[in-house]
Parts: sequence; C-alpha cells; structure tokens
Amino acid sequence: MAYEEEWWGHSSAGITARNLRKRYGDHAALDGFSLQVRPGTVCGLLGPNGAGKTTAVRILATLLRPDDGQASVAGWDVVRQPRQVRYRIGLVGQNASVDEVLTGRQNLELFGRLGHLTARVARTRAGELLERFGLAEAADRSAAQYSGGMRRRLDLATSLVLAPAVLFLDEPTTGLDPAARIDVWAHIRALVGTGTTVLLTTQYLDEADQLADQIAVMDAGQIVAEGTPDELKARVGPDRVETVTRKPTLDEVFLHLTGHAPTTPHQAAGEATR
Amino acid sequence: MSTPTATAVSRSGSWARDAANLTRRILLHWKQRPVSIALTLLFPVLIVLMFRYLFGGAMPVPDGTYTDYLIPGMLAMTMLFGLESVALAVTTDAAKGVTERIRAMPVSGNAVLAGRGWADLLNGVAGLAVMVTAGLVLGWRPQHGLVSTLAALGLLLWLRSAFTWVGIYLGLLLKTPESAVSVQVLVWPIGFLSSTFVSPDTMPTWLGEIATWNPLSSTATAIRDLFGNPTWATHTWAAEHAVPLAAMWPAVLTLVFLPLAHHQHRSLAS
Repeated sequence: MAYEEEWWGHSSAGITARNLRKRYGDHAALDGFSLQVRPGTVCGLLGPNGAGKTTAVRILATLLRPDDGQASVAGWDVVRQPRQVRYRIGLVGQNASVDEVLTGRQNLELFGRLGHLTARVARTRAGELLERFGLAEAADRSAAQYSGGMRRRLDLATSLVLAPAVLFLDEPTTGLDPAARIDVWAHIRALVGTGTTVLLTTQYLDEADQLADQIAVMDAGQIVAEGTPDELKARVGPDRVETVTRKPTLDEVFLHLTGHAPTTPHQAAGEATR
Repeated sequence: MSTPTATAVSRSGSWARDAANLTRRILLHWKQRPVSIALTLLFPVLIVLMFRYLFGGAMPVPDGTYTDYLIPGMLAMTMLFGLESVALAVTTDAAKGVTERIRAMPVSGNAVLAGRGWADLLNGVAGLAVMVTAGLVLGWRPQHGLVSTLAALGLLLWLRSAFTWVGIYLGLLLKTPESAVSVQVLVWPIGFLSSTFVSPDTMPTWLGEIATWNPLSSTATAIRDLFGNPTWATHTWAAEHAVPLAAMWPAVLTLVFLPLAHHQHRSLAS
C-alpha cells in the first residue's frame, strides 16, 4: 500500500464512540455515551455545564482513559492506538492552549516539530498558518501580548499544524467578543469545506445552529437527542402560544430536552475567566 | 486549506528527538524572558553576598575563611533551588494548558519528562557557572586541581538531576502554581538544616545529627573535600564518608522520584 494511502486511508472514518463510561468517585461524568460523527461533517455537542461534554472530548482526544466503552477517531482506537490518533487530530480546548511565553511562530514551529514534521516543513507550515489566520504581523511577538481573539486564532492554527482529519473544538469561542466569535466561525467554516471532521462543544446554541450539520444534546453523561438542527426544532413543534409561524429556537429545544435553561453567551462569558 | 503531503510526516519520531524539541522550548523561554532568567540566576549570588557580608563577620571557621566555607555550601544550595523552579514550571504548564496541548501530540511521556529534566540540567549548569564566577570574584579558590574540581561539579549536577525529579513529581502532584508555592516554603528549612551555611557542630546535638544526614550536607561536605576548602571539621560518620554519600543520596532520590514522576504523569489520563 502506498504511504499516502496508508496515511489518509483511515481518515475517512470520522468519530465513533460506543457506550463510554467515566466515573469520578460517585459521580458518573459519562454514563453510556455513544456518538457517531460522519467524516467531513460538523457535529455540535450541546449540553449544560457538567453534562460531560469536556470529558467526552478529552477521552476522544486521548487525554483521558475511559473506564469502559470503545471509541475510534479517524479510524484508530483511542485507548489502544493513542499515538496514531494523535497524528490525526487537532484540539482547541478550554484546557489545551498555546505557550504564552513563545511567539506565534515559535509555537507553530514547536508543535509542528512535536508532530514530527521536518524543521523545513514545520517552518513553511508555520508561515502559511500565520498568514491564513491573520497573524503574520504579530508572528514574532510573544503570545502573551496577543488579544483574546488573536490567541484563539493562534490556538486554532496550532491545532491545524498537522492538517488533522478530526478537529475537536471545546467551547472555541468562550470569552470572545462578538466580532472575534464571527471571525473564528469563518475559519471553522472554511475548514469544513476541506473535509475535516469537527466535533464542536458549545454552550451557545446559535453557534451550533450556525456551524453544525448534526447536533447531539447531552445531559448527565449521555446523549439525549440527536439530529439536524431542523429535525430537533421540528421535534418540539411550533410555538402554539405566540404565532403559528414562529419555529422554536434551539434554546427552547434545549430546555425541552434537558429541563435546564441554556447558558446565555453573556453568562458564559462572565464565567469564563480563564 | 493546504494539507501537507504525507511524505512530510515521519511516524517514527524518536523520544530523544521529542525530548530535544521540548528542551529547546524551555531554552526559547530563556531567550524570550532574559530578565526573568537573569534574576533567577543572580538570586543565589544575592544570598551569598548577604551571608558573606551581613553574617560572615560572626562566623568563626576554624580551618579557613568563611568565604571558602560558604561558596561550596551555596553551590549545593543553588542545586536545591532547582527543585522549586522546576515544580513551579510544571504547574505553570498545567495551568496554562500547555501540558494538555503537548499530551495531545504524538509524544511519549518519557520524552516530556526527559525534556524537562534536560532543560533543568542546563539551568543547573548555568546556575553553577554564575555561582562559581561570583565565588572567584569574592576570593574563593578550589585548591586541588582540575580533576577534583570537575568531580565536585559533577557531584553537584548529579544532585541537581535528583532534585529535578523530586520537583517534577511535586509539580505534577500539586497541579497549580499556587500550591507550588508550598514547595518554595519547604525548600528553605531543608536548605538551612544542613551544613550549607554553618557547621552542624554549632547546632543542638539532635538537630546537628539530622543536618549531617541531609543529602545537601553530604554534597556540600564532599565538594569542600574535593575543592580543598575548609569543612569546619565535623567528625561524624556521615561527614567522614561525604563523597560516597554524595554519590549515593542522589541515586536514592532518583530511584524513588523518577518512577513516581512517570507514574504521576501517566495518571494525568485517569
């Protein structure tokens, strides 16, 4: 088999999780989590705080071992072949971030080298990504001096250094101002056009509505509903009290499915003090 | 989006190359923050000046000058400072999300720990260079020739690498930079309860006994022997066998804390 086929052959596999469980003492963070994300699509993972979204992402990104269940990402088993998975994923997380002491360029080159690109390729790739994410001018400044939006773009660029088949975005726009959010959304949309599979966790329903092909609603460590945004909206039915023509918003879908009111961007921005 | 060609990626990255890249990262930190590294390196010099000029007048060293007694002690103490700085660096990486980012790369835990260890050893070398220079300026001299001097420096770095593993373990255990401050608080009594600044002979008997067995004392006494500097003669068993003890203590610490650090790093996934 040609090297290139071998390399990309599995990348059409998307994400599959079956019955994942993770307990912390008495608390079941994941309680039979199953999810299928088709390759080249965006799945929005919605749920209240504490629903287990981040636990699910950390298991799928090989950062956390599940107690039970199976998962494969880009065709490789996350528990048994974590190294193979890591060559094929990118992670933008609440928890994963860039090295603030280093410059944007140094970050990109470092993580390229850690992904085993050659020095020359890592350098070229860093230049490309800096350009694409509008960071060329700030390339040689320490990331500590970047604005929140710039740092998040660098975060996103860093997670793309290895051109991952699967990208995990764990609340990628938390704490960003509206303009920076829209900017990050544009970058995510551009990625999706190239066949990358994206799993996006978010508390912002409009974000999922904007970006996701498929939405999975999580509560208490499980998926409680799954479908396209329109399917989920149809499930709740039109609002009978106000006007017949108004479709329910995703907020209402969320409330209907989980019994929790969703976090508003305003509240979440207040919480995200990181 | 441009995808790099598959041939640009070699899937068999060796852990040594990964460790070298991670070491390089920390060297880049020095380059980015020269003032911060300079302050860290000069801090022990400040301590030496304080002890030499504020307390030194009251220190009657029977077999030489206080400077000749102090500098080897401070060289050992500088190695101990590595413990707190490495613990702080490990917790800072965790707090900033860099640890998670690196763990999501195809890099083994061994490489991560080795990269940290190598970088800290270079830090130790820089610390030694600064302190030796400061000592020479203050009039301290090694008396026993090049081989003994190099052996003494070797023992110091051997101690440093042991403290590095203790520091990495504590950093992984404590998790937050705030709690790493507790390590800084602990380092001082451990450093002072030794023959670094004064002879254990001058302490209450039971306390002096503990100080004599402090790994820091073994290294300090051993290098005083090797440099031909005054030892402020203590005739305990530990002091008479300082060189073998200075070789053994770091080995014991490494054997205990290196596996603990590996275990703690693996348990980040649980």
